[in-house]
Amino acid sequence: MMELLGKTTIDFIGKRNISFVISIIISLIGITAIVQMARGVANMGIDFTGGTSIQLKFDKPVALVDARKALHGGGVTEFELQEVKEGNKLLVKLPRKSALAVGKAAEIVPAAFTKSLPGLHVSVESTTEIGPSIGDKLRKDTIIAVAISMLGIICYIAWRFDFKFGVGAVVATLHDVLAMFAAYYLTGREFNLLFITAVLTIAGYSLTDTVVVFDRIRENLHKDLKGSLHKIFNNSINEVLSRSIITSLTTFLAAISLFVWGGEVIHDFSFALLVGIAVGTYSSVFVASPVVLLLEQRALNKGEGSHAQPAKA
Amino acid sequence: MPKGAGWRIALIIAFIALSCIYLVPTLAPKLPEWWKGMLPKDKIHLGLDLQGGTHLVLEVETQKAVEGTLDLVATDLEDSLSAKNLRYKRISRTGSDKVSIVLYEKDTADAVQKLVKDKYRDYEIVPEVEEGGMVGIALRMKEQDIQDRKDKAVAQALETIRNRIDQFGVSEPVIARQGISQIVVQLPGIKDPQRAIDLIGRTARLEFKMVKEGVSPTGGAVPDDAEVLYEKHTDPTTGATTEQPLVVQKKALITGDLLTDAQVRIDSQFNQPYVAIEFNSLGARLFDQITAANVNKRFAIVLDNNVYSAPVIRERISGGSAQISGNFTEKTASDLAIVLRAGALPAPVKIIQNVTVGASLGKDSIDKGLMAGAIGVALVIGFMALYYKLSGMVANLGMVLNILYLMGAMSALGATLTLPGIAAIVLLVGMSVDSNVIIFERIREELRLGKSPKSALEAGYDKAFLTIMDSHVTALITAAVLFQFGTGPVKGFAVSLSLGIIINLFTALLGTKVIFDLFLHKGNVKKMSI
Repeated sequence: MMELLGKTTIDFIGKRNISFVISIIISLIGITAIVQMARGVANMGIDFTGGTSIQLKFDKPVALVDARKALHGGGVTEFELQEVKEGNKLLVKLPRKSALAVGKAAEIVPAAFTKSLPGLHVSVESTTEIGPSIGDKLRKDTIIAVAISMLGIICYIAWRFDFKFGVGAVVATLHDVLAMFAAYYLTGREFNLLFITAVLTIAGYSLTDTVVVFDRIRENLHKDLKGSLHKIFNNSINEVLSRSIITSLTTFLAAISLFVWGGEVIHDFSFALLVGIAVGTYSSVFVASPVVLLLEQRALNKGEGSHAQPAKA
Repeated sequence: MPKGAGWRIALIIAFIALSCIYLVPTLAPKLPEWWKGMLPKDKIHLGLDLQGGTHLVLEVETQKAVEGTLDLVATDLEDSLSAKNLRYKRISRTGSDKVSIVLYEKDTADAVQKLVKDKYRDYEIVPEVEEGGMVGIALRMKEQDIQDRKDKAVAQALETIRNRIDQFGVSEPVIARQGISQIVVQLPGIKDPQRAIDLIGRTARLEFKMVKEGVSPTGGAVPDDAEVLYEKHTDPTTGATTEQPLVVQKKALITGDLLTDAQVRIDSQFNQPYVAIEFNSLGARLFDQITAANVNKRFAIVLDNNVYSAPVIRERISGGSAQISGNFTEKTASDLAIVLRAGALPAPVKIIQNVTVGASLGKDSIDKGLMAGAIGVALVIGFMALYYKLSGMVANLGMVLNILYLMGAMSALGATLTLPGIAAIVLLVGMSVDSNVIIFERIREELRLGKSPKSALEAGYDKAFLTIMDSHVTALITAAVLFQFGTGPVKGFAVSLSLGIIINLFTALLGTKVIFDLFLHKGNVKKMSI
């Protein structure tokens, strides 16, 4: 049989200090990203802020300078320009404060281009206009959605395993979510509804890995009542390591094809998935399991204090 | 044949057959006649992001509908008081729910109160107050009636918008109410979204008002019963627009709800399109009376507070037809005819969300999405075959079944496929073999312990069962939340994902197992290709 990894005996738990530092740094960047979003300085999609975004396609390249001039000439003063990777395309974003009424921007913006750059053929590929009330509702809904799914997951894991595993799973999931925020923030990508979709998907998916590891830990805990916790955790992770990696790999292969060939609309979305899948695998080994171990040891130490039982860890 | 394999195989084959049947309407360009009777007609719809189109969310300004009703009551009161020779100083709507009447004398107040009590039973009468020698009475609309009026306004607006869209000609539009005062409109595959948006968003309140001569619109005071409106002229050659102010009487003599028809005609003299309108009998009678009484005066044709034209009445017009001319192009004239035929909105609507995707971008998205999907499937199939040999191929077969079932289920439910939905399916390709990976790794472990292929297989499936259940349930929790809170493309993603997860559970635990059972049931297989 073909094996990616033979039998491994890596001391994952022993490296928890290093992995905790890495995870804390990642989480802090993620938290920074969220704070920046709340302050309104991150690259937010108009789904949340309200406003208008119009994607234009030209028959020949248009320099950003010319585009700016054209828009100013057409009376559009406040806008953001973003180049789209493929083709002669340009994304024009207008803030919600802009004077253009909903329903009118798709007329005014292309008209400004044809007026300023005669002979240019402009077509509107897509228009998204979001009124302020929608943006507010969406933000509220998103927070509720994330909160409910997290709560659902904790409850399920706590019921299937026990509360300590539930905490471990949620810490790992939160870590994955923060890592996705961090990756998006560092690469300057736009936080929009699709990103949130990717986040919730990964929140569900990364648990798959965690559950696989937890299942094995629990099985080994039942089998070996006397061994040290440290060793049982390490053995369990090593035993399921290859399947953790392979399951992530197959999903990663599918996601990477979306990233490379899926087109501009889901490019960033698949980037978020790729990050999430990779981080999700890392976190089930380096975050979820050590957190459960810490909680188990604390519970044991307490038990030792009151009942004077021999320490296992 | 191993025990219990029969019904499982039957189930798998039955699902394959069902999926294929349900997929026919999606894949066949045209269904034959005999199909339509008994067999399924639902198909997978393409989301607006894939086929191009416009998604609008409209907010009906329901308060305006309430105010409109109150304005009508005020006008009506003016008429009835005048008819009874009851002198009043002012009757007008005040605030958001009241009509107040200001009278000169206490005596008239009693008479008015009696009249109001009889005529407007549904209103609360606010006790009279005396101020500066005047007597004030107010009618207040009850909270319940206000809510009813608002509710009706949204329902009417929805009906009107549906009429307009039907007349505009869009295939498979979706027009639905959302929440208390919102309307969602989806127009798939629409060519000229801007025109449709203008058509839907227009209130289209048509009014005929007399022009007040002898009052300058620019300087000085405009009388209480008059207002300044503007007539727009667009120069056909330069495209420049000029506005001309006009003083008209506030009170409309005839309104658009008295129309029975509106059609585009071409003026033979100037080759200019205009809109010919027909009044109903009441409208025709009113129009006849008004034109007779105002020969040689001007009246203004006002649409949504814009003056379209203000012709001089040359002679009495009976017969109940008139025409609206202005600077029309063929398109604007036909759009005006549509909105006049479909009727006015009971209250203005505001577009609060507009997502429009051009057909070319949609085509591009679907092509690339399918391409990425095909490559993703190929990569996963290649990897599984390489890593798990024959067993990998069994897993691949399970995955293909998974996709087939998912497509069949989506078709049966008439679900909408969006670009994120395609992404979900590609993701599921990866996830569907995951369950098999977990099982296979477990089987390998058991084999290493020296078990026979058959018992290793049994142990592998047994021990992996709970793990697979757990991981699927957690994934399903988030998918369900996405479904609950998502709209449009995100909802499409959630639909594909949740269906896929459930189907995957079936193919992974039952589908692939039966294939192994068929190979290994005799128990004399020495080696397993895994």
